[in-house]
Amino acid sequence: MKPPRNGLAAIAPMLWLAVFFVFPFLLVAKLSLSDTALSMPPYVPRIDWQQGLAGLQAVFAGLDNETYARLAQDRLYLDAYLSSLRLAGIGTGLLLLIGYPVAYGISRCPPTLRQALVMAVILPFWTSFLIRIYAWIAILKPAGVLNTALHGLGLPGVDILNTETAVLLGLVYAYLPFMVLPLYAVLERQDQRLIEAAQDLGSTPLSAFWRITFPLSLPGAVAGALLCFIPMAGEFVIPDLLGGSETLMLGRVIWTEFFSNRDWPAASAVAIVLLATLVIPILLFERQQAKVLS
Amino acid sequence: MNGRPQTGGIRSSFAPWEDPSARPLVRFEAVSKAFGDTAAVKRLDLSIYEGEFFALLGPSGCGKTTLMRMLAGFEAPDAGRILLGDRDISAEPPHRRPVHMMFQSYALFPHLNVAQNIGFGLRRQGVSRAETTARVEEMLALVKLEGLGRRRPDQLSGGQQQRVALARALAPRPRILLLDEPMAALDKKLREETQFELMALQQDLGLTFMIVTHDQDEAMVLADRIAVMREGEIVQIGRPAEVYEAPVDRYVAGFIGDVNLFEGRIEAAGDGRIRLHSADGVFEAEGAADAADVGWLAVRPEKITVHSEPPPPGGNQLAGRLLDYGYLGDWTTYLVELAPGRTVRAARANATRTPAQTLGCDDPIWLTFAPSSAIVLTR
Repeated sequence: MKPPRNGLAAIAPMLWLAVFFVFPFLLVAKLSLSDTALSMPPYVPRIDWQQGLAGLQAVFAGLDNETYARLAQDRLYLDAYLSSLRLAGIGTGLLLLIGYPVAYGISRCPPTLRQALVMAVILPFWTSFLIRIYAWIAILKPAGVLNTALHGLGLPGVDILNTETAVLLGLVYAYLPFMVLPLYAVLERQDQRLIEAAQDLGSTPLSAFWRITFPLSLPGAVAGALLCFIPMAGEFVIPDLLGGSETLMLGRVIWTEFFSNRDWPAASAVAIVLLATLVIPILLFERQQAKVLS
Repeated sequence: MNGRPQTGGIRSSFAPWEDPSARPLVRFEAVSKAFGDTAAVKRLDLSIYEGEFFALLGPSGCGKTTLMRMLAGFEAPDAGRILLGDRDISAEPPHRRPVHMMFQSYALFPHLNVAQNIGFGLRRQGVSRAETTARVEEMLALVKLEGLGRRRPDQLSGGQQQRVALARALAPRPRILLLDEPMAALDKKLREETQFELMALQQDLGLTFMIVTHDQDEAMVLADRIAVMREGEIVQIGRPAEVYEAPVDRYVAGFIGDVNLFEGRIEAAGDGRIRLHSADGVFEAEGAADAADVGWLAVRPEKITVHSEPPPPGGNQLAGRLLDYGYLGDWTTYLVELAPGRTVRAARANATRTPAQTLGCDDPIWLTFAPSSAIVLTR
């Protein structure tokens, strides 16, 4: 038997989860099973609390999976879905490639310098996210900072604003701290004597890195990857500002359904599908972690 | 010091350092190393011979760990050179040296199982998978961990982890094995068991071991020779019994075992003896020393005989008051006050079960020691 104090302590996070996750999730799930209607709010059925339990039953009878069927038939949704996962996947890969050396480099600096460098990684957060993404427009636009610099060097200019390249650039830029920090946390507390032991037993510095440092930093890499992949897949601002009309991402689809088409059930269904896709890798990761720990 | 057997006796015929034609396995030649302004090792010369169990003993900060890390290749000497056989290894990186180290914290690879840890060095040497498996099994049997090859390090007890660390360092058959405070994390009983196992292992395998420790008991039990270090220099080097019974100065005498020091004027007494005039009396001791205004006699507590009645006059005698005594089972130690603020320690082996303890605190007490039991020190 656990002491009751533990039970009490567990209530707070449970309550938090119930109020801010489970309840909104159920609302969105219910919305995704509703139908659009020309009313305010623009869906039926709505719960008529005055009828009590009978009203609730009427609502359940009115729910159907028609919206999901529609999503499955329309290629637009599937394309947007796959495109989101692809961009988030490529972005995560790029973040790992860039973030790992950054985190490794910081973790091998003298402690005083480390603090300053970690500060530097966090520093961009002091400016509004929106402003930083707008700044990228100024950099990438045809007569922007980047092209001016390229012309100055006698190089041909590039026109990448409103392309997937610009979206990936924005994603990598915006999410880099979320990749660097968990990796740094793992690398920084790694026992340097393990590296010495590996070298003592005949590993070159490079081989010691691949055999010891790298595998031991994988939990940090997985944490960073999840921390970046999940919000990137649903990202709205970056593709909206930096991407062109051909950049399909679920965040934009949800926005369009919700605000332009006033199709709340469709927007909700897209959100639910996205959530379901992301929950599976998270659960797999959790289970694998639990196995390692046991 | 507390009655445990010493290796010196077991291997009294093993003394390559006394043979001028013997070639040392490891040679430090005028090696210096400083960290910033602090000199860790000062122009140090040292030879270690094949098959030797060598101990570097000293307090923390004396440079013993730096010396070991230079041999492993983790630190480069600022000056001087380190030879392994005829090969100058001063500039070689650690992974090229056939020198392996057992780390104080063990430094086992947490993501690899026991067998993979032990096989790590073999695989890096290019030993085939099949042969590695066989050799790992041998090592597991050697350190009595059969059947635990698939465990992860964190599933093992501290003692088992220590054995894995030992097996891992031994598996690639190093020319010399370095042990950095190998018993520091073990409890006393396990430590004593492990010490004897380690000695047996070293002699069975015929390997050269170098141990770094601040624990003088450990160094005494394990080593063929002990080097006592202080502030980056070796103060004395010799068999455990030599270092204990014939320390070169007060530092060594005090660092290894308990000692009572009497300060006074030394004069020659002829017949290979000296006389020391101290505040506690005039003592005779065997030993050659020039007459000096300041010198010391060092007397180990167990070489002092305790009397509850005044002994017959003559010889080296002290009288005092019993301040405190401690019954340790095998020994009883006595703290005797000669004069306010001046105390002497004595120890008596409890050779019989009948309580010889008739003395109580504050009782008058007399102490005697033989001239051959005192060490004459001039520094």
